[in-house]
Amino acid sequence: MAELARNNAPQKSLRGNSFLLWIEAWKSFKKNKLAVVGLFIVIVFIFLALSAPYITPEGINDQKLADRLLPPSSEHWLGTDDFGRDILSRVIHGARISLWVGFVSVIGSIVVGCFLGILAGYYGRWVDTIISRFFDIMLAFPSILLAIAIVSVLGPSLRNALIAIAIINVPNFGRLIRSKVLSIKQEEYVTAAKAIGMRDRRILFFHILPNSMAPIIVQGTLAIATAIIEAAALGFLGLGAEPPAPEWGKMLADSKNYLVQAPWTMFFPGIAIMLTVLGFNLMGDGLRDALDPRMKN
Amino acid sequence: MTKTLLEVEKMKKYFPINGGILGRKIGEVKAVDDVSFSVFEGETFGLVGESGCGKSTTGRTLLRLHEPTDGKVKFNNQELTNLSLSELRTVRRDVQMIFQDPFASLNPRQTVEKILEEPLIVHKIGTPKERKQMVIEMLETVGLSSYHAKRYPHQFSGGQRQRIGIARALMTKPKLIIADEPVSALDVSIQSQILNLLDDLQKAFSLTYIFIAHDLGVVRHICDRVAVMYLGKIVELSNSEKLYKKPLHPYTEALLSSVPIPDPTYEREHIELSGEMPSPSNPPKGCSFHTRCPHSMDICKTVQPEFEEIEQDHYVACHLYNKNEQL
Repeated sequence: MAELARNNAPQKSLRGNSFLLWIEAWKSFKKNKLAVVGLFIVIVFIFLALSAPYITPEGINDQKLADRLLPPSSEHWLGTDDFGRDILSRVIHGARISLWVGFVSVIGSIVVGCFLGILAGYYGRWVDTIISRFFDIMLAFPSILLAIAIVSVLGPSLRNALIAIAIINVPNFGRLIRSKVLSIKQEEYVTAAKAIGMRDRRILFFHILPNSMAPIIVQGTLAIATAIIEAAALGFLGLGAEPPAPEWGKMLADSKNYLVQAPWTMFFPGIAIMLTVLGFNLMGDGLRDALDPRMKN
Repeated sequence: MTKTLLEVEKMKKYFPINGGILGRKIGEVKAVDDVSFSVFEGETFGLVGESGCGKSTTGRTLLRLHEPTDGKVKFNNQELTNLSLSELRTVRRDVQMIFQDPFASLNPRQTVEKILEEPLIVHKIGTPKERKQMVIEMLETVGLSSYHAKRYPHQFSGGQRQRIGIARALMTKPKLIIADEPVSALDVSIQSQILNLLDDLQKAFSLTYIFIAHDLGVVRHICDRVAVMYLGKIVELSNSEKLYKKPLHPYTEALLSSVPIPDPTYEREHIELSGEMPSPSNPPKGCSFHTRCPHSMDICKTVQPEFEEIEQDHYVACHLYNKNEQL
């Protein structure tokens, strides 16, 4: 029925537009107010991250011991920490680290997960068994525990935390793609592609992959949120970014001893984590509604 | 003498049923069971039967979209059944398929231009510029316009989409087209347009069709010879004129008596079949039709009838006509 309903859409305005499906998705995304708020938050943080060196009042490691643990004021909008560093500057720089970890680790998970998921879904049989059982084993561990284990093997650093987060997210994407491939494989246009004489590789990349992208984009957006939390958690545990990097989780850990005297040292990095994660989650939910045809029915 | 383009010899396709704790094979569905026929160049060969009788599976197994369990398929004197996958791909340039569901058989993320260009890319035909030109020409050949090229499938009606499906099948200039119920998903008014289009294209491109359908009226209109399938087997094969005038197999008789005739005053004997088609995973012994056959005899329950030429060009598998065995 969805097909029929779409057929009735006005055809004139859509003629010859190759981004048509995305435009339709954007139209339905726009209607969701919360999703637009999420998108706005994400854009603000991306802007902060990109322009951090130009807009921050102080450097990330400008220590002024005389000014330590100052409350928010006109000079230091968000106060200072125990080394007298400007928290606003550090939070803004922290956005760079968190977003970088979020995007890169999720892209890594998507690439590896898609590859494995496609192999498992398309070829089936023993390939599927091996890959799926491997995913099951990875999912049997609580993800943060697995991340801690991987980081302790690789050694604590921001890069290794990023790798660990990418690895623990692989099975989520792998399973998603596998199930999508399994259903698309049965579609008649894939049979048609075979009948035309296409190679498997072409069928996979031109027919199956483009048709399974929508849930990947949704899951990817939501996974960025989780990745940011996980990076912060690893940072908090001392397994992620190393000092003096202004990583939000690390900042929380460093300031936990001053919780009573100077709560702002902990409050603002925490708010930053919460806002970015909230932004990505709202945006992800909106994308799901806009891109997932099952939600439309 | 017309040339034989496709020859199918004792083709079988059994699908395994897996079950039990270990997922071992516990049975099989005999979707196509020992089917033999030939298709001559330039003709339209009809394959009819009720749903689930294995006619679509036959079409797909011919193309090795399903691997046949047993038997031989010869196309243009080349055996398809033992070709490697890459050799098979080159043959696919000459054998194309039109699908039943025009909504499902086109990739929703590709423009019509891409859909039609792809067979050319795959078979390395022409330069990009030539290919664009060929796409435009083909769109016009099937009754669409050049400005349709940039649109997506969902912007078309069912009939238009089926035209796109037909255009895609014709891009590589094939010799044989397997049309798997190409009109059964369309409105009756559109059906005739598409049938006429197929007819015109056959003349223009000297095509051979294997036309799979369950609508005998449609088949009569378009086919030269017709094979009737029941439970994975061909029970009768003849040219369509003979088959419609004088059906031999009781199943064909019953099928034909169910075709509506646009004359309210016309009275005829209506043969009603009782019961359901038996499960192809457990077909009855002897003649597979004996459970529903109004003329069932003792021999039908035990001996499988041979598929024999009763009159010239009229083959049937039924004990009623088997001269050697008649008592």
